[in-house]
Amino acid sequence: MNITRRHLLLLFPAAAMSWESLQAGAPEQAPNYQMYKHWWGMLLDISKCIGCGNCVRACAAENNVPEGYFRTWVERYRVRDEDMPYPQVDSPDGGMHGFPALPAEPGVKEFFVPKMCNHCADSPCTQVCPVGATFITPDGVVLVDKEYCLGCRYCVQACPYGCRFFNPSTRTADKCTLCYHRITKGLTTACCEACPTGARQLADLKNPNDPIHAFMRTHSVQVLKPYLATGAKDFYYDLDGAVR
Amino acid sequence: MTMPAVQGYMYPNERELAWSILIVIYPYITGLVAGAFILASLERVFHVEAVKPTYRLALLTALAFLLVAPLPLQLHLGHPERSIEMYLTPHRTSAMAMFGFVYLWYLMAVLVLEIWLDFRADIVRAALAERGWRRWFYRVLTLGSYNISPRALAIDERAGYIVTVVGIPSALLLHGYVGFIFGSVKANPWWSSPLMPVVFIFSAMVSGIAAVLLIYMFTSWRRRCPIDMRCLDSIARYLLYTFLIDFSLEMLDLVHRIYEADESFRSLDFMLHTKLYLSQVVIQIYIGTLVPLALLALTQIVSLGVRHRKRIYALAASLALVGIFAMRWNVVIGGQLFSKSFLGYTTYKIGFVTREGLLPAIVLMLLPIPILWVLVKLLPPWPADTAAGASAAS
Repeated sequence: MNITRRHLLLLFPAAAMSWESLQAGAPEQAPNYQMYKHWWGMLLDISKCIGCGNCVRACAAENNVPEGYFRTWVERYRVRDEDMPYPQVDSPDGGMHGFPALPAEPGVKEFFVPKMCNHCADSPCTQVCPVGATFITPDGVVLVDKEYCLGCRYCVQACPYGCRFFNPSTRTADKCTLCYHRITKGLTTACCEACPTGARQLADLKNPNDPIHAFMRTHSVQVLKPYLATGAKDFYYDLDGAVR
Repeated sequence: MTMPAVQGYMYPNERELAWSILIVIYPYITGLVAGAFILASLERVFHVEAVKPTYRLALLTALAFLLVAPLPLQLHLGHPERSIEMYLTPHRTSAMAMFGFVYLWYLMAVLVLEIWLDFRADIVRAALAERGWRRWFYRVLTLGSYNISPRALAIDERAGYIVTVVGIPSALLLHGYVGFIFGSVKANPWWSSPLMPVVFIFSAMVSGIAAVLLIYMFTSWRRRCPIDMRCLDSIARYLLYTFLIDFSLEMLDLVHRIYEADESFRSLDFMLHTKLYLSQVVIQIYIGTLVPLALLALTQIVSLGVRHRKRIYALAASLALVGIFAMRWNVVIGGQLFSKSFLGYTTYKIGFVTREGLLPAIVLMLLPIPILWVLVKLLPPWPADTAAGASAAS
């Protein structure tokens, strides 16, 4: 059959329409993400955290976290001024539903501390994994390969921050992924997105334009348990000495 | 889900213990292996003739326990079917991954080889004398070598000596490494200590020597053979010496912690007075260490009759085994009862008929005994017997 100009004119719109429908079923296209250009961390501003638990709920919903376990949680500290080394801490349901108000006491300060994986640059959990199922990505995120993890739980023991748990449904180690499926598409993490006060800020330490650099230059920031030299990348502003 | 009772504040993922009783019995069993082997090597390398009657029995005991050692780990894993990956794609910075190779080296290059060399003449004789399936079994065990000429046996002896010489550091490595798996966890102050591997080695020797002593007494009684008291006295003496070193090291660790009193001290001190008081202070230190030490010391100071010595040795060895088990419990379970925030404590609730419950733990602890029974039937370790002779008698 000879294809004439008339046939072509009819075929083009049909081809364009079918191409469109093919495209509709394709997965969302990731931007040109290059791992080596990023080094992820988090900025947590304790002075801004109100203990609403939005982050914990958002994380659980986004990542299908099993009940009773936490990829992120919020702690409430009550520190008596003369007894700083022994604060009173609680985190009912990981702070998921907020905190019941307690009567204000003289000489007691109260504040909230959001906690999550520190995505340590020299992470003890990665070091101890017997098969390398836990690894750090070139962009600085500590992840677990669920298809490879033996479920020995050595990493759970090795994490100084209590950020890992044994997922009873996958029977593997589980932890915060820093919403890797989101941040590699240019989005922020579920917890950061849900935070109403901006107490959590995803930070790209390799990006010179990231506001974290200006913030760290002008504020005192601290990591948890710095003496363990894990290279923690959760940077806390306004961190009290009582926080463990 | 039901969460265990918590006192104070635990990080929310810490409330449930990651390592169960199965991880308690794993270092316990590995320790028995290392200790039994080191006792056996006394005869061969250091020429302690007195312990010769237990030499082969100690080797078979070590094998029986070593075969069981990986089972609690397998049962504990979330995905035991993937455990082969530890050998295929080991992560070189992981103490646990490297332990797999230490275990395999010790099993195949040391223990099985040494047992084969030592029993080879018996195996060949049995292969020639036996009938039926036993004949085939022993024929396979000969690996095709029927030469038991004096020259061949002399070569076996020489090779066995070399294997034992290599075996002693291997046995120390095996159990020292188990100690390192705990001692290298910087997140946990209850574990993190350079003394941990050394304490594990000496406690392993205590438990291994005590186990061989008891098995030797039991098998002699069952076979209605007189116990070689020179042998028993020597083993008991070695038990006393290693126990003294072990106890000194553990007390050194404790005194060091108390004196330094770092940030974890308040937590650990609290546990020692509450949650671990029974298992650590009462069972491990008093009943499991001081009482057997006093009993063993008594036999050195006072001249006692044979009957009394036997009873004291049996009691001291049994208590030592209880004490070392308590030590493993206090390390593994104790190390998980407090929060890494040092602000709270959890409880360990053990199931019974669950995957990591008490029943599988008891079964796994008892499993080496039937295995040892089978090994002793197949390869009689008694000096006067041979495999053929024993089966002919039965």
